[in-house]
Amino acid sequence: MIATLVTGAVRFLSGASVRWLGCRPEPGKRVYFANHTSNFDGVVLWAALTPSLRAVTRPVAAQDYWTATAIRRFLAARVFKAVLIERKHVTVSHNPLEPILAALDAGSSLIIFPEGGRNPGPDAGEFKSGLFHIGKKRPDVDLVPVYIDNMNRIMPKGEVLPVPLLSCITFGTPTRVGPSEPRPAFLARARDAVNALRQA
Amino acid sequence: MDVTTIRLVGGTGGLLVLASIAGLILKWRFPGPTVDNLNARIRAWWFMVAIFAAALLTGGVGSVLLFGFTSFWALREFITLTPTRRGDHRTLFWAFFVITPLQYYLVAIQWYGLFSILIPVYAFLFVPIRNAIEGDCERFLERTAKIQWGLMVCVYCVSYAPALLALDIPGFAGRQANLLFFLVLVTQMSDVLQYVFGKTLGRHKIAPHVSPNKTWEGFIGGVLAATALGTGLWWATPFSPLQAAGMSLSICLMGFGGGLTMSAIKRDRGVKDYGSLIEGHGGVMDRIDSICFAAPVFFHLTRFYFT
Repeated sequence: MIATLVTGAVRFLSGASVRWLGCRPEPGKRVYFANHTSNFDGVVLWAALTPSLRAVTRPVAAQDYWTATAIRRFLAARVFKAVLIERKHVTVSHNPLEPILAALDAGSSLIIFPEGGRNPGPDAGEFKSGLFHIGKKRPDVDLVPVYIDNMNRIMPKGEVLPVPLLSCITFGTPTRVGPSEPRPAFLARARDAVNALRQA
Repeated sequence: MDVTTIRLVGGTGGLLVLASIAGLILKWRFPGPTVDNLNARIRAWWFMVAIFAAALLTGGVGSVLLFGFTSFWALREFITLTPTRRGDHRTLFWAFFVITPLQYYLVAIQWYGLFSILIPVYAFLFVPIRNAIEGDCERFLERTAKIQWGLMVCVYCVSYAPALLALDIPGFAGRQANLLFFLVLVTQMSDVLQYVFGKTLGRHKIAPHVSPNKTWEGFIGGVLAATALGTGLWWATPFSPLQAAGMSLSICLMGFGGGLTMSAIKRDRGVKDYGSLIEGHGGVMDRIDSICFAAPVFFHLTRFYFT
């Protein structure tokens, strides 16, 4: 009920048109990885999925942001079922990879933003190594590049009120980490796959 | 309900049923993009009839809301297509969530004195002030002008269509919805007939760099045919047949100018950008570009000569 309302509101405000270019909205264990320009990105991408995919897909989000207020805590826990990770004090006991891998093993698909923070856009910046480690440790998971267009104008970093322009979400061709592919090469390839969708 | 109104609704509904059946048969016999385009236009006509019905059944509030939402969506498309900077963000918020609703509120309460100057005077001055407070000077004049232009074309000009319902014409009380119908029907038929004449007879292009589909043959044939159609509807308006012809001609010419101008903007921005961003939505702006330019002129001509 609340999820339907939130999805509807997000779809209206982001005016998102959704294009599945490199794959279909089919079930299967996937990690959707996208460029990150706005706090709305995770929700917008999540709302762009079909209802059956949405039910099994969880956004990976920053713990500090999503536990800061009661509303955010409620949305993260009950609506998006976000996988919250520590990004400020990463230690051996707070390894952000662990909850991510646990969620995948429990049968969920995930949404992640490998830049690790918001970028002014429009192109995605350097990827952090998380995506590489996920791909290495769970080689049976499809890694799906996604480009989120125009969210940097709808809700830029530092603004609290959105401007209702039209955005576009493009899903690309799933990829995996090659057996002997070095980390920097994979991360560069993954980022190029996201940015290439901007013009596609 | 007025008998002329019933005739308009009944006649148009009948024609639309025939057109929809013909469209289905054409799609079955000759599938292709031209027929798809025709069917899209038939759907737009159904929408138009829905606006008219809403105007009648809700005493005008329905059409104000419908046009208000159309403006909102057109402004989204326009600003999406137009590069703005971070410094424009809060000004845009005002444009979408304060100025646009206020304009349609003024139309709804029929406050002509303020509705006709809200955007040309107050929003015109507010936009650069709000942008200047933000402190980003890069391409300042250009960015400010884009927001002002978006508000003028997508909101101010479109709002003249439902404002027709508030015109106080002697001997025409309670039938103003016919004027709105007249405006929308003549602009839409002018678009369609120019397209049909252009496809069948078009040889000489008017402005090949702006809109390669517009030809002199299509323009003259379409405008004359739509003017004839508008003239034939004089009985539903406060106009004599000759006056209806003049009104129809001005609607057709302004509508043509609107289509050409909006094409020039799209061409300047690169049509591809636009298409990819609104894929699956269909462009509202593409459908209403002629009404944007025709509505204010039709309103003021009617107001000046007939009220």
